[in-house]
Amino acid sequence: MSGSQPVPLLDIKNLKTYFYTEEGVVRAVDGVDLRVYPGEIVGLVGESGCGKSVTSLSIMRLISTPGKITDGEIWFDGKNILNLSQNEMRDIRGNFISMIFQQPQTSLNPIFTAGDQIAEVLQVHKFLEKKEAWSSAVELLRLVGIPDPERRAKSFPHELSGGQAQRVMIAIALALLPQLLIADEPTTALDVTIQAQILDLLRGLQEKFQTAVILITHDLGVIAEMAERVAVMYAGKIVEQADVKPLFREPLHPYTQGLIGSIPVLGKIKDRLEVIPGSVPNLINLPPGCRFAARCRARENYSLKICTATEPELIEVLPEHYVRCWLYQSTTDHQAPLARN
Amino acid sequence: MSLLMNESTEKKDLIQIKNLVTYFPVRSGLLQRTVAWVQAVDDVSFTIRAGETLGLVGESGCGKTTVGRSILRLVEPTSGSVIFDGKDVLALRRKELKDVRRDMQIIFQDPYASLDPRVPIGESVMEGLNIHNIGSRRERRDLMIDTLRKVGLEDYHARRYPHEFSGGQRQRIGIARALALRPRFIICDEPVSALDVSIQSQVLNILKDLQADFNLTYLFIAHNLSVVEHISERVAVMYLGKIVEVTSRDTLFKMPLHPYTQALMSAIPIADPTLKRQRTILKGDVPSPLHPPSGCRFHPRCPVAKDNCSVDEPALREIRPGHQVACHYAEDFLK
Repeated sequence: MSGSQPVPLLDIKNLKTYFYTEEGVVRAVDGVDLRVYPGEIVGLVGESGCGKSVTSLSIMRLISTPGKITDGEIWFDGKNILNLSQNEMRDIRGNFISMIFQQPQTSLNPIFTAGDQIAEVLQVHKFLEKKEAWSSAVELLRLVGIPDPERRAKSFPHELSGGQAQRVMIAIALALLPQLLIADEPTTALDVTIQAQILDLLRGLQEKFQTAVILITHDLGVIAEMAERVAVMYAGKIVEQADVKPLFREPLHPYTQGLIGSIPVLGKIKDRLEVIPGSVPNLINLPPGCRFAARCRARENYSLKICTATEPELIEVLPEHYVRCWLYQSTTDHQAPLARN
Repeated sequence: MSLLMNESTEKKDLIQIKNLVTYFPVRSGLLQRTVAWVQAVDDVSFTIRAGETLGLVGESGCGKTTVGRSILRLVEPTSGSVIFDGKDVLALRRKELKDVRRDMQIIFQDPYASLDPRVPIGESVMEGLNIHNIGSRRERRDLMIDTLRKVGLEDYHARRYPHEFSGGQRQRIGIARALALRPRFIICDEPVSALDVSIQSQVLNILKDLQADFNLTYLFIAHNLSVVEHISERVAVMYLGKIVEVTSRDTLFKMPLHPYTQALMSAIPIADPTLKRQRTILKGDVPSPLHPPSGCRFHPRCPVAKDNCSVDEPALREIRPGHQVACHYAEDFLK
């Protein structure tokens, strides 16, 4: 990377979001650091329960009891948004940071038309008059590819297909031209051909408006197509982070390797898919050491003891390629078998 | 060596679906009159050979799940025939149907909804054995435990309740339940769609192993083409109640001839960031099976539709040996 260090648009430092439930404390996000630079698409990938959605809700400060952001800082535009008042945060949402969700039809208000919901954003934040807001809404619907937008603006969410509803959500999210868009599994609930349309749309809008995007998904194919940089999450922590091509070319963390190896890839037939044995640990009673240790074959192969005793740090192992794993990090008592120097 | 003769020519057809039609009535008004029909499955025909896996793929609303349920008569088809082992399942009466059902089982998509939450899973797995009076109670129990082990579960799991298991484990239980009767044919209805990616591979590997061990025949229904490619020998693509293309797995992925299949494949995001792909992005949404388009059902979204496509419905015809396509212009893609 040449040139001067760019300033991150969003800088998450040591974010911790815990859920205080009857069964115990669920450490859903447990020390996450993430930077997003202006105009880039960052993928946040992991399976269910890894904390990716909670991370995005934490950024938007949409965590409610029994959840609580217990530690960390989130710097945006020179401010730590975790310290803002409710009013100040409301100003940030929509204007500067926006979000779209997985189930578009349940995220839209069922009793208002598509046009009204987009117009509302413009009336509240830009103080536009109803008429002006409505015609801007129609233009936004046109921008997101809804055919016959003047008529469609009068439709209610239940009259829209999944793909159309998602486009309306994107229109609402982009109405105020935010600097950052958080897309939480935006296409998971959609059919494959509709997914392709929506991803195409997101890519086009992102290029046009230079919006930074945090794309959250469990689908590695979507990540490969859309993201420039990727962070892989597991059980509340980021375990690997790199630019997208190096990540797929040379995944370093055993979990990332297992994940990539376990998906059937169109056109490349394997007799057996790689399996990651076991399942995600209980986030209430986490054993000491690395959270992936129980399922890690590399730990077995190298007979590593440190994995079940101490948690590794996220360190830079190759240029701009970070991993949280004892295979690559040595201490006084432990010689990393795959250390790169 | 004679043993190395082409096995596929020796495989017999185990099941033949002929002109299957399943429409669902839409009723309205005080008198619940039928005002419309959801044409979920509209004249579908295909065969599955003994020991093979036929993948049935398509997006939501295409009718693939209804095909599976119609074969087992979990939903009563409107017309057509399902020839299993020489008998038409759709014409059988209760007692004979019950006997045939020993040989035809199903694994459901939702591992959370398909197990009775109030019953220990061992009982759920044994239920089929009880209903068909297989052996003594002792023998049924032993068979159940054996089946649990075959799917990678332990004996003591039999006493536990569904809520004590993860999604992947529950899916294994669903497989065990289908396998307990040692059927010949299993319909896998989206068996991995609800599972995390790293669990999907576990379940897919189990299904493959069981097929080899027990000489099973699968109808594998899914919307994920990559998963279908991995497990199937032949693949049928459905769109809005019709089969639009059927051929061997390798041929379908190398040489898809139907424009819908081509669009479907190009729409799938591939986990390889270095690939630059030519994308065919379809316009519009999937139409409703209540009001399917005239002529070829795909014509409104088809990038190469011509005038007659909105008038004449294309028949599913053999374009090359072992490769059927329902498109007036399939030959154009052969170049």
